[in-house]
Amino acid sequence: MIRSIFYSLFLGLIIAAVLMFLVAFPFGQNKMGVGQYYLDNTVKETGASNVVTAVTLEYRGFDTLGEMTVLFAAATGVSLIFYLSDEEKKKKKRENNRTKANFVVRVGSRIIFPFVILFGIYIILHGHLTPGGGFQGGAVIASGVLMLYLANPDIQIGRNKLLVTEGLAGLTYVLIGLAGLFTPAKSFLANFLPLGTPGFILSAGILLPLYIAVGVKVGSEFSGIIDDLFSTIDENGGEE
Amino acid sequence: MIYFIWFLILLTVVFALLSVHLKDLLAAVILMGASSLVVSMLFLLLQAPDVAMSEASIGAALTMAIYIIVVKKTERREK
Repeated sequence: MIRSIFYSLFLGLIIAAVLMFLVAFPFGQNKMGVGQYYLDNTVKETGASNVVTAVTLEYRGFDTLGEMTVLFAAATGVSLIFYLSDEEKKKKKRENNRTKANFVVRVGSRIIFPFVILFGIYIILHGHLTPGGGFQGGAVIASGVLMLYLANPDIQIGRNKLLVTEGLAGLTYVLIGLAGLFTPAKSFLANFLPLGTPGFILSAGILLPLYIAVGVKVGSEFSGIIDDLFSTIDENGGEE
Repeated sequence: MIYFIWFLILLTVVFALLSVHLKDLLAAVILMGASSLVVSMLFLLLQAPDVAMSEASIGAALTMAIYIIVVKKTERREK
């Protein structure tokens, strides 16, 4: 009894504290001036038409490197549990003998696949001009691979090639960042290339190569995760 | 326009509730993906196209695929 009174008092205290804390903030107003600063100065300082890209790669480029590290850790974790070599995967897929999809689905997915990849590449290359960028484009490429895997049970992409691509892309990002140390700006991920005219594909300095690196890395990482997971499906699993 | 946004918000909540309560887990996963899709439409309408693209490809495609693989490897119906 005393204990429950104590608990409810404690809970009421916490709720009151949170409410008082929230009331102190005016609703719907700008608390920070940094957003307005980005909107005013991004095009002038970075040459990127897309402010979101400029924030993620130019002003917060180091955070993006951290995000890529997190993603790399996740993909490595999946690989640690599910990794099989390509031959073993092919053998396993033959043994599992998943039901073949309809002819229309199989052929249709193979016809659509290049266009999905092309769209992903478009999103990556125009990251500094239009909405989207490396992460979104990489995810689109990976969903194309996912479609191929769903429709064709016996298909197998080269896992080791994906691993090499992924590593090289991550290395490219770090190397571009390190190259900034030897420029007059003397800082990691400094924008040392010419900024160009905003609105053109060759503008915004290092943002384009950085986003290409991010896109290739995200695309190959997600495709690798899909590949690892799909090799574990068997027709006899579950209740059937 | 504002009514359309309210309709989408309502749809998100309905899909989320259904995906929690359905006993057929495959249908629940598909409804979860539909909920993500509606959320990405909301992001697009609320002037955040970058987030909308991430949500559509990650939330509606890749997450759903991983859940479907899990359902395939375990049991389809919740007891």
